Amino acid sequence: MLTRREALFGTAAGAATAAILTSMPAAQAAAEPQPADVNKLPRERVELVAPPFVHAHDQVARSGPKIVEFRLTVKEQPMVIDDEGTTMQAMTFNGSIPAPMMVVHEGDYVELTLVNPETNEMPHNVDFHAATGALGGAKLLDVNPGEQATMRFKATRAGAFVYHCAPAGMIPWHVVSGMNGTILVLPRDGLKDGDGRRLKYDRIFYVGESDFYIPRDANGKYKRYESLGDAYDDTLKVMRGLIPTHVVFNGKVGALTGDNALKAKVGETVLIIHSQANRDTRPHIIGGHGDHVWEQGKFANAPERDLETWFVRGGSACAALYTFRQPGIYAYVNHNLIEAAELGATAHIMVDGEWNDDLMTQVRAPAPIASY
Amino acid sequence: MRLMVPAALAAATALALAAGPALRHPPVRTTSSVETVTVAPGAFGFRLSGEYLRDGRPVDAPRRTVTFRRGFDIMKDQVSAAGYAACVAEGACEATEGGNASATLPVTGVSYRDATAYAAWLSAKTGETWRLPTDEEWAFAAAERLNDDALGPVQDTANPAERWLARYRAEASAAGRRDTRPKPLGHFGLNGKGLADIAGNVWEWTSTCYMRATMSENGKVAHSTENCGVRVVAGRHRGYMSTFIRDGKTGGCAAGLAPENLGFRLVRESPSAVSYVRGLWARAAG
Repeated sequence: MLTRREALFGTAAGAATAAILTSMPAAQAAAEPQPADVNKLPRERVELVAPPFVHAHDQVARSGPKIVEFRLTVKEQPMVIDDEGTTMQAMTFNGSIPAPMMVVHEGDYVELTLVNPETNEMPHNVDFHAATGALGGAKLLDVNPGEQATMRFKATRAGAFVYHCAPAGMIPWHVVSGMNGTILVLPRDGLKDGDGRRLKYDRIFYVGESDFYIPRDANGKYKRYESLGDAYDDTLKVMRGLIPTHVVFNGKVGALTGDNALKAKVGETVLIIHSQANRDTRPHIIGGHGDHVWEQGKFANAPERDLETWFVRGGSACAALYTFRQPGIYAYVNHNLIEAAELGATAHIMVDGEWNDDLMTQVRAPAPIASY
Repeated sequence: MRLMVPAALAAATALALAAGPALRHPPVRTTSSVETVTVAPGAFGFRLSGEYLRDGRPVDAPRRTVTFRRGFDIMKDQVSAAGYAACVAEGACEATEGGNASATLPVTGVSYRDATAYAAWLSAKTGETWRLPTDEEWAFAAAERLNDDALGPVQDTANPAERWLARYRAEASAAGRRDTRPKPLGHFGLNGKGLADIAGNVWEWTSTCYMRATMSENGKVAHSTENCGVRVVAGRHRGYMSTFIRDGKTGGCAAGLAPENLGFRLVRESPSAVSYVRGLWARAAG
């Protein structure tokens, strides 16, 4: 059991380290050219939306760099993570797993305000893999319940990057309890293939994969805890076994199926951003491909082409472009099929449109075996 | 039934061998405490189960009028977790995962094999003949809660994806955002024939085998292939499950919506020549 007091004490100890770390990079700062006055840049405030949706954005920047303001509020809350009603004491940014996606362009400044309401139990912060210094900004954003902080970083590298909570001493627990998201830093002139040709997308899907570690009771039933602190010890024991009880897309088994299945049309190009903040995964579209895949999610590298399955390293986000050529129900899975079918990592994409007989046709429907 | 009888006999033998006392006494014909509903004779329009092809393309199964000249007795409720646990306690049924023994909840997480093992056990226990309903019997007893799974005429016969999408949409909208956790018996109310919880969130095993049939021009079945390793599960929508699957959610195919839970209820055969002969056989064996 971890009490709020102990958790808070953990932060205080970490803060001392942070002071040392933040003072270090000062010597290198001169190398980076600084704009005359960042504060004179235009500002834009963006309201984040819950995944699998992504806030409206331009694929090609319409103007020069700006400061883009985002706000994340930490919500500690019980969340149901499967059809059996298994309830996890979750920690989230803005109440969703994964946390909302932020989209900016390379060279923009991201200005994040992190709010930790008084009703929470734990200290929180944000480590942006897209940011440089201070543990990804985490050390400038340590907030205890009842506090808020604002940090600004320059998005110097184009790509899809994970961000996650990283409080001293409790990082993995916060991450696998839901506190991870993605920021998409687009090149100012948009996505390009390996030959410099523009690549556009008609839709963007945001799939955040989570591995959950839910303790069981003596009868094998998943346990439910009254508070985060109550859940801590048992959860850590399951985590240390490294075998998740659930591997899910968007916070819950089946979150992207049925009425919530993703939708597209034949001829449309979809950009799928797939993040996994903790553990490796291998996305695959059953019946489709990755036309252009930035497996490591970074747009300065040429995308790979015609992939069947791509690999997402734990702690990274990938970007895959696919143009649907055939209608039907596609399953989008983690192609460790045990994790897809048994642990939950399956989404469905409903694609409407005209069937292409040239690409595939049923020559002879199933019938009794012919005797020749 | 064709398959059921030998299976039930085999199970009865196994039980008789395992449980000595049952062997020495002829089965006592008692009225079991299981509450049943008598479904009156009648006829109804029934969409056949299985998958049907015409001109090599999937179509809705034909609709037939099915007549029940005799009525039948079917359990009012689905078999409870406690009922199933009693069978487990006597070593005749395999324990469910978690071993729930609630008297108020239906048993879930059971396969076709579990259901037939329970039927054999209950039959031996009561001296009556209990079996799974056929898909036709279940549909007839389901009355107004039976959902016709027809998708209607195919809009574009050259586009097989239309049916896949239509099926997915129909099942997704039926699923809605309902709670899939098993609810206490009676939670979903009675249907017009007095059966409880028909088409709730527990799908029910039937004895009907999966069939794929090819239709000829005149709407008759030209040829068909039956696969009894897969049985019909009846509920809000009709499903087809391998007989060893206990959890429909993980037993489904990659891109379909699976039954939320798998359970069952049984039909009691009225005393018939078959059960009379079986009674004699049991006595002789004793």
